[in-house]
Amino acid sequence: MSVLRSVIDFAIGDAQAEKAVPPTGFTVRLTVFSAAAMAFLVVFALALSLAAGRLADRWSDELARSATVRISAPAAQMAAQTEAALNVLRTTEGVESARALSLEEQRALLAPWFGPELPLDALQLPQMIEVIETASGFDGDGLRLRLAGEVPGAVLDNHARWRGPLVSAASSLRLLGWVSIVLIALATGAMITLAANAALAANAQVIAVMRLVGARDSYIAQAFMRRFTLRALAGAAGGTLFGAFALLLLPSASEEGGFLTGLGLQGAHWFLLILIPILAAVVAFLATRLAAHNTLRSLT
Amino acid sequence: MIETNGKLRHNRLIILRSDLSAKAVRQKGRKLIEFERVAHSYSGGELFNEVSLRLAPGSFHFLTGPSGSGKTTFLKLCYGALVPSSGVVRIFDDDVRQMSRDDIALARRRVGVVHQDCQFLDHLTLRENLALPLTVSGHEALDDDANLKELMGWVGLTSRADALPPELSGGERQRAALARALIMSPDVILADEPTGNVDWEMSQRLLTLLIELNRMGKTIMIATHDLGLIRAAKNHVQARVLRISGRRLQLAGADL
Repeated sequence: MSVLRSVIDFAIGDAQAEKAVPPTGFTVRLTVFSAAAMAFLVVFALALSLAAGRLADRWSDELARSATVRISAPAAQMAAQTEAALNVLRTTEGVESARALSLEEQRALLAPWFGPELPLDALQLPQMIEVIETASGFDGDGLRLRLAGEVPGAVLDNHARWRGPLVSAASSLRLLGWVSIVLIALATGAMITLAANAALAANAQVIAVMRLVGARDSYIAQAFMRRFTLRALAGAAGGTLFGAFALLLLPSASEEGGFLTGLGLQGAHWFLLILIPILAAVVAFLATRLAAHNTLRSLT
Repeated sequence: MIETNGKLRHNRLIILRSDLSAKAVRQKGRKLIEFERVAHSYSGGELFNEVSLRLAPGSFHFLTGPSGSGKTTFLKLCYGALVPSSGVVRIFDDDVRQMSRDDIALARRRVGVVHQDCQFLDHLTLRENLALPLTVSGHEALDDDANLKELMGWVGLTSRADALPPELSGGERQRAALARALIMSPDVILADEPTGNVDWEMSQRLLTLLIELNRMGKTIMIATHDLGLIRAAKNHVQARVLRISGRRLQLAGADL
């Protein structure tokens, strides 16, 4: 409660202390603009990070529980080998279900590359069997050995070959998003520190007079800290709103669009945007506090 | 000859007199500011050394000496704006070296300082500038409004209350600086060439105000090179005249 009380007191501020420090034009605009621009960037970094996270989770979850058996055999043996493979799969521990894809399903899989008019009947295509694992999964090496023994044309692909790099890429993208947010916060802090230093230098006489009449450093610093914190809060709120509006303009997520159209925020993640102005205010508070106390320590 | 048309209203200066009796009793025998074998140097050049001095409550001092002799530095040492190169400066019994920045700030509320080039916050009115020491020390301005009006009347600036500092004349600025130094009812008033930028008439008026303050029990130290001012004051107040000469602080003789 005392922290909340302190925050409220700080937000309300001391009108007299505020008045003692004259408004300084360009540092106001610099702080508001940089906070707004940085908040706008954070919205996208956050959206990227969350979307990448969703993607990594989905890929990881979906692909981890599925595998494919591909049967390449002469046409005369295809049906028998398919049935044999299904029998092996049905009796394998860790396999929840196994199903041979229909001709239509195989056509749909190939359509993006060869078009919908592909004459599958005229082609010698392997038969695909979709395998769904149980939560505990199956022994891949054991299954391969059984298939090799009973179905010579069968090849098991549990997607590990390409699933790992995909999930790793999505996880890296998520990490990149968070690193970007941290870097943006640090850059915001640096810019606000520069603006605060400029304001402090411009008000050297004001500070000298206030020190002369008995003002404590904390009192003087407070006037600057409150001003910069509220400016950063206002600028970041504007930047966040603008960023949120831009996110709404992005195409909605769709299977066809893949990753790019899923960049927007979903569900409760929209509420995370509220944290951006608060984060900006905290960064501004700390940056101005550091700048003010460093400057004041150098004065008599 | 000191002009007496400053129209001092002794009976109205509640702000300066209210705490006087209690404070004077409390401070009896106490040292407000004390220098003990103090030396101070700037960039390797020594301004003065072996300076020992005690400012007792209710005393009146003039500090004189040629330009560059260290008068301003001496005053800055008195209110903790500088730390001596060697020796000990005590402000209200506290060694200035041991005082935190907050301690120094609190001590300055008990030491009124008037500079020759008195600085104000140019964006605030005169009234707000005079109330600044109250503001920074957390007083509610309204509670002190009566005191503020009274003080402004005492220094003859009531009609200029809403003026901005750049609109004030040199004499008005000096009186305003004095009023600002007094608003907290300090124990000590340090004035650095307070009459340097004003004409003779105004300098006499300021001196009158300072002498009156001393009669109310305030400890006064005025740094000046204006010997005429010192001679004029000596007719009305028992003042010690100190001179910085040859890097030493000396008690000036009867030549003044």
